[in-house]
Amino acid sequence: MVDLRNTEADAATEGDTRKAGRMGALALWLTDDAPASRVQAQAGQAYAIARSFARNPLAMLGAFIVGLLIVVALFAPWLAPYSPVGQNLEMRLMPPSAEHWLGTDELGRDILSRIIHGARITLLIVVMVALISAPIGLLIGAVAGYFGGWVDRILMAITDVFLSLPKLIMALAFVAALGAGLQNAIIAIAITAWPAYARIARAETLTFRKSEFIAAVELQGASNLRIIGIHVLPLCMSSTIIRVTLDMAGIILTAAGLGFLGLGAQPPLPEWGAMISRGRSFILDQWWVATMPGFAIIIVSLGFCFLGDGLRDVLDPRQRDGR
Amino acid sequence: MSCALEIEGLFVRYGRDDVVRDVSFAIETGESYALVGESGSGKSTILRAIVGMARDWRGVIRVDGRDRVNRIDRQFARHCQMVFQDPYASLHPRRTVNDTLTEPLKIHGIGARDARVIAMMEDVGLDPRFRFRFPHQLSGGQRQRVAIARALMLEPKLLLLDEPTSALDVSVQAEILNLLVRLRAERDLTYLLVTHSLPVVGFLCDRLGVLRYGQLVEEAPVERLRAGTFATAYAQELYGASLGGGDRSGATVVAET
Amino acid sequence: MSAPLLQMRNLRVTFPGPRGPVQVVKGVSFDLGRERLGIVGESGSGKSMTGRSILRLLKPPAKVETDLLRFDGMDLDQLSEKQMRAVRGARISMVMQDPKFSLNPVMTIGTQIAEALRVHEKLPRREIEARVITMLEQVRIDDPRRVVKLYPHEVSGGMGQRVMIAMMLIPQPDILIADEPTSALDVSVQAQVLDLIEAMIAKNGMGLILISHDLELVARYCDRVLVMHRGRVVEELAAGRLHEARHPYTKGLLAAVPQMDERRAILPVLDRAAEYET
Repeated sequence: MVDLRNTEADAATEGDTRKAGRMGALALWLTDDAPASRVQAQAGQAYAIARSFARNPLAMLGAFIVGLLIVVALFAPWLAPYSPVGQNLEMRLMPPSAEHWLGTDELGRDILSRIIHGARITLLIVVMVALISAPIGLLIGAVAGYFGGWVDRILMAITDVFLSLPKLIMALAFVAALGAGLQNAIIAIAITAWPAYARIARAETLTFRKSEFIAAVELQGASNLRIIGIHVLPLCMSSTIIRVTLDMAGIILTAAGLGFLGLGAQPPLPEWGAMISRGRSFILDQWWVATMPGFAIIIVSLGFCFLGDGLRDVLDPRQRDGR
Repeated sequence: MSCALEIEGLFVRYGRDDVVRDVSFAIETGESYALVGESGSGKSTILRAIVGMARDWRGVIRVDGRDRVNRIDRQFARHCQMVFQDPYASLHPRRTVNDTLTEPLKIHGIGARDARVIAMMEDVGLDPRFRFRFPHQLSGGQRQRVAIARALMLEPKLLLLDEPTSALDVSVQAEILNLLVRLRAERDLTYLLVTHSLPVVGFLCDRLGVLRYGQLVEEAPVERLRAGTFATAYAQELYGASLGGGDRSGATVVAET
Repeated sequence: MSAPLLQMRNLRVTFPGPRGPVQVVKGVSFDLGRERLGIVGESGSGKSMTGRSILRLLKPPAKVETDLLRFDGMDLDQLSEKQMRAVRGARISMVMQDPKFSLNPVMTIGTQIAEALRVHEKLPRREIEARVITMLEQVRIDDPRRVVKLYPHEVSGGMGQRVMIAMMLIPQPDILIADEPTSALDVSVQAQVLDLIEAMIAKNGMGLILISHDLELVARYCDRVLVMHRGRVVEELAAGRLHEARHPYTKGLLAAVPQMDERRAILPVLDRAAEYET
């Protein structure tokens, strides 16, 4: 045996203690190279991701906006200065003022309060669509990519049929068939959203379908269900999460579009798209009625885009494992 | 003596061509056999056919006296496992060492997992502190130890080794080779090694078969490798190239022109 | 004696890590004349970083510092990126490990080699073509007129690596840096490619830096060998005197290689206890 401990080891420990002096105990625990438990391993992983995420200012801005949306939606009744549906015809179409920060609409309702309550509807739509479409897309994509052959061909043919139609038009058709309303709008958007996730999950699955770590579990006699569920799906997760986040803006816009056409949430629900639609008649003289909810849509959409971009930078294995 | 693995008249088709043509050999139980050859000689394909990853084959593959059918079954998994070439590609990137090692136990419903994992890690020379590390937190040699440990979790009798050290540094290669020698002695394993490196065969194996263009050109005991006295010209040529002699006369000719 | 072709003093390469910066090359110095220098080390030794630092190929977040990096009277660390591009390829070339990743898959081999020449010299088309063919002949490709029309996926690994060498040598550089030029190739082809590099170096009177993990291989093809371990040069050896190595790491490395007539029951290994700490 040859002993190499001497100089290099000294240098290494010296460096470690110097660095350690600048870090808290928690940070040390999180960056421990030899995690002592499952929890620590996972926390360390999350910490590394959070750290690189925090280095990206746009991503942080996006996270802030999305966080704000969630807080506003959760505490809407307490945050809103007025009732979102309470009419006051004497105060109709008032410009922004100290009393009504964003003005009032044609029925004298406070626009700020309506936007705040509208955040709940927007969040509901976004979360429901993601919860319905992402798992469906993931599963279909992973199954198609894993099995290949005719399974792949059939599933992808169905996917392509959905992908080939413009989203808004397809959503319109579904809502027209199902009937107008918030619930049906959510279902319609979800139906149009999953094919993109299926495509991504399939592409992702194909990149490691032939890899040795999948072959190794196959050789251990694992069932297909187990391989897809435990080994394949987790690897498709990050790119799907990124795509879903980036798609949120589109979902919000589609929802607003449906609302604008009167096919989404029904009055008097303060849905942002519907609000714009109502404000259209006064766009020249009372611009704030249509503009304020428009701002809300743009800011939240941008927030999701920034967040999605930031997530891609930290989660995408192609950009992380490059070193 | 019984045979751990018998292969008779094996053809393996890949795309339109047979990449393995009429290969026959047998490995006795407890023996360590090597298939050597250059890239494209079909050596890895034979391994893939044995485990069922290459499905389009004809001929006879008999493992422990039983004919192989064309799929991966659980009984076979407990008898025969494989160690892959690239320790960077053979471990799931999002799963810790512990996850990787408990997986075969879960699949086969074997209990006392914690104890088994720790015992196996110690057996392959991995500090149990590494148990909750992710692959990217391990060196190449440590990863290959994890891969070997994973293959041994089900206590197989036949281990297929696909270039197990070619992606590793020489000093790490020595450690892994030593480990493989020790494990074989301790667990009465039978090895089928696929490699392009003749010195590794000299260290690890008892017998070798030389493949070229999908055909077995020579079978020889390892003594013939050590002495460098192969019967066929191709095997001898491979031996010469591996010694590092190369064709150095040609170099000077060009240099002068 | 004239000043060496390339002088490097105290090269340091640092990467940011989760616990602060990590130095992967810790002060490497050497001189290179018109000779063949080998740099040997295992993964993580910093040998590839050293090779890439010469051409300033390391991009942020890597931080590269040298006290002196002088090539033919020019301080490479002072040059602008534009001036550096004129050095890369034309004066100092690099052959990478795997031709599959270094050749452009959608360009024919002929176009790619011509491109390498065209970037650095203005020549009429006919002359470029003629030089491409001569170059391919020099790297011992039998049928150069056919090969120039092929795409990289249509040639074997050994042929691909010869094409790479042709591409790197056609602007007639002064120094060739070969980073593991043969580790993706079969043994029989390895020797041919290395012989070829050696012959071309001798013919053009160039300097060679051969980077590899294989100590014996480097010793066969170089005059001088630097052994690197964990970011430092631990030993410098004349190639013929490999077995006079003094440093425990070099000795350990040599002993760990299995021999053709291997009769040892167990191979000696390096003590890694120190490395496991990190």
